[in-house]
Amino acid sequence: MTVAVHPSQTGEPVFYLADEHPHPEGWSTSLGFWIYLMSDCLIFAILFATYGVLGGNYAAGPAPKDLFDLNLVAVNTSMLLLSSITYGFAMLTMQQNKVAQTQAWLAITGLFGLAFIGIELFEFAHMIHEGATPQRSAFLSAFFTLVGTHGLHVSCGLIWLVTLMVQVRKFGLIEANRRRLMCLSMFWHFLDVVWIGVFTFVYLLGVLR
Amino acid sequence: MSTDTNAAHAHGHHHGDGHAHGTFSSYMLGFVLSVVLTAIPFWLVMSGTLPSKQITALVIMAFAIVQIVVHMIYFLHMNAASENGWTLMALIFTIVMVVIALSGSLWVMSHLNSNMMPMHQMSGMK
Repeated sequence: MTVAVHPSQTGEPVFYLADEHPHPEGWSTSLGFWIYLMSDCLIFAILFATYGVLGGNYAAGPAPKDLFDLNLVAVNTSMLLLSSITYGFAMLTMQQNKVAQTQAWLAITGLFGLAFIGIELFEFAHMIHEGATPQRSAFLSAFFTLVGTHGLHVSCGLIWLVTLMVQVRKFGLIEANRRRLMCLSMFWHFLDVVWIGVFTFVYLLGVLR
Repeated sequence: MSTDTNAAHAHGHHHGDGHAHGTFSSYMLGFVLSVVLTAIPFWLVMSGTLPSKQITALVIMAFAIVQIVVHMIYFLHMNAASENGWTLMALIFTIVMVVIALSGSLWVMSHLNSNMMPMHQMSGMK
């Protein structure tokens, strides 16, 4: 479409292309999704800052050293790391157009993600059972908000994963599904990056303090 | 799109999506590096090998930063060329924002803590 705006000084209209040349569907999705992830990163940055400010205010309640079981956190971390590499394998088999193998790797990734959420909920339940609820101290409020927000993201990723497995089952590895799987890949690996910050700054430095 | 494995399967993608893909070896390298970079900080804290807590804290923070870079390169396939450099620009902008938010919050709040609660001084002033 060409549009004439601002007649030039000689009175002749000046033409320019108002629209860009056509792009294939979804050409900007990966950049757009990356920018979403960066905005998500800012949410986590604020929650990390909150935890950094409030993390030492125990209100005479339990401290990280009394609550955190590093063995459990190590198992949890390995679950998320394993789910990252199995998602990588899903992407590799997707590139080779192997539908059944892609589905299998996605299912394994989902199981590792489910194990991660299960262990985290077990940890939360254990802490709440011991009286370390979010209401107990500013440290615990900040802890549950930060780690809970990450867990909520992983849960959403799991729902997304199941949705995409149904999509791939129905429609196969079509272009749209490849794009969606690539977005979930970025989301999943991004959550693993956030978890590096969580286990380092919340758990390891908390026990060290 | 740097290796032969990717070139062999490039027909499966529409061209010009500008998004890099990993290979089996790059994923495995990233995974092994991540395992090592995770195991060492856990071991340092759980065993208490290093002499002081400050040194341990600095070392595990350094490991975290290195591991984040490893994840960015091997799992998120970050490079300066993807999307004509816009992903890298967005990432740099975000890092600047995160550093300002984190360091600013911690700095301001620690100053507030040390300046706003001079209880021992007030009781002595009368």
